[in-house]
Amino acid sequence: MYVAVKGGERAIDNAHAWLASERRGDTALAELSIAQIREQLTLAVNRVMAEGSLYDPDLAALAIKQARGDLIEAIFLIRAYRTTLPRLGASVPVDTAKMAVVRRISATFKDLPGGQVLGPTFDYTHRLLDFKLAAECAPETPATAPPDPAAVPHVTDFLNRDGLIEVNPQSAAPPSDLTRAPMELPASRALRLQALTRGDEGFILSMAYSTQRGYGRTHAFVGELRIGLVAVEMEIPELGFAVQIGEVELTECDSVNQFKGSKTEPPQFTRGYGLVFGQTERKSIAMSLVDRSLRWAELGEENTGAPAQDEEFVLMHADNIQATGFLEHIKLPHYVDFQAELELVRKLRAEAYAQQEAAE
Amino acid sequence: MPQTSHRQDWMGLLARAKPARLAELFPDLPDHHLLRAPEVGAVMVQGRIGGDGAAFNLGEMTVTRCSLALPTGQVGHGHVQGRDKAHALRAAALDALLQSPAADDLRRRILGPLCAEEAARRHTRAARAAATRVEFFTLVRGEDQ
Repeated sequence: MYVAVKGGERAIDNAHAWLASERRGDTALAELSIAQIREQLTLAVNRVMAEGSLYDPDLAALAIKQARGDLIEAIFLIRAYRTTLPRLGASVPVDTAKMAVVRRISATFKDLPGGQVLGPTFDYTHRLLDFKLAAECAPETPATAPPDPAAVPHVTDFLNRDGLIEVNPQSAAPPSDLTRAPMELPASRALRLQALTRGDEGFILSMAYSTQRGYGRTHAFVGELRIGLVAVEMEIPELGFAVQIGEVELTECDSVNQFKGSKTEPPQFTRGYGLVFGQTERKSIAMSLVDRSLRWAELGEENTGAPAQDEEFVLMHADNIQATGFLEHIKLPHYVDFQAELELVRKLRAEAYAQQEAAE
Repeated sequence: MPQTSHRQDWMGLLARAKPARLAELFPDLPDHHLLRAPEVGAVMVQGRIGGDGAAFNLGEMTVTRCSLALPTGQVGHGHVQGRDKAHALRAAALDALLQSPAADDLRRRILGPLCAEEAARRHTRAARAAATRVEFFTLVRGEDQ
């Protein structure tokens, strides 16, 4: 029997009003502005842009405020908003070699053109709580030095010269887009990278970590990690040429792995790639390890059955909005489903008792 | 410092300009009629596998576009990052005006300051980055002496 039920409108309205009041918190304290969140919680804003898959710092800051700091809820809001926007086109692929780097490090080469640039990093801090921040304090003005105007080439270009590292795959075909067509497996490397860059940071991190611990073998070095602004260009049909439409901050990681060689390839280094919106270093490194791990078949490596080698496992569980939607839906009313299960269990129990009695 | 003599250069500069600063430098729009009213949308930003390989879809960015024509016939287009319709409208109007006899004056009054301010912002970031560049030095070890 199916029974339609209505009700709860007043309870829902009151719950939402209370939510708004809880969001505001103590009204004796100043309210957070969008600009404050954007400027002072920048890395949270970056994560919401990366996993929300929409670069707009003000919108991400608004989403964080609305979600009371719940970043997955904020990412959900951004994903929902982006579906309302008309797609004006695709950019020319960004040229990360021309990035205005604020950070650029290599774990493989000490001395390289452009140098090792630390940028505004948490590395080498002692991870001790800084109680000075509990009070308002103006930071020191950062030191400056004359910038080197020369281009900062990718580190792996040096290895490429000797043929010691694989060449990246080339293609002029437009890449498939998982926001336009459902993901099909096996997925192209381009599609995998799209899924990974918008995937949940925690999930990608754990997958990458599992490969380091032995579930699928990677022994990666960070060939290069760079962070900075990159110009975005788009072809304008009315003009017939490409113009810059803005700039985005990106984090790029090119990781380098050993490779024994195969029937067709000589021994050389192979690569994993990470590219993520914003200053998102952990995610970008993790992405490059998972990208490399998923390439086992292409490189003729052994499938050890590790989760990070399983394309379906990784790609179908990386999206925190899909995951949270399916997970959290089980808290919504399932009265009819549960009623059916209840009937079934009662029936089975009655049958079991009847059999027991008959046997006695 | 980027050039402003070519249309690509000034369109890029106007797109990258802070909307509030552009409004300050260019408060009043000229007479025009809209060919495409300002429209907020998304552009799919693409990256390349490994930095120089095949393209892949990285994620979208918000972009506002606008097209207009001046009474004198010049057509201007604006494609600017973000959701600021006034920014797109100003960028389109300036794109049209920069093709007109008013170009030299506008280049001096608007593009010049925008260009200089952008160069200063970039220099500040680059100079701060340069101050965090590591200078390695080798320690003399005991057994080498």
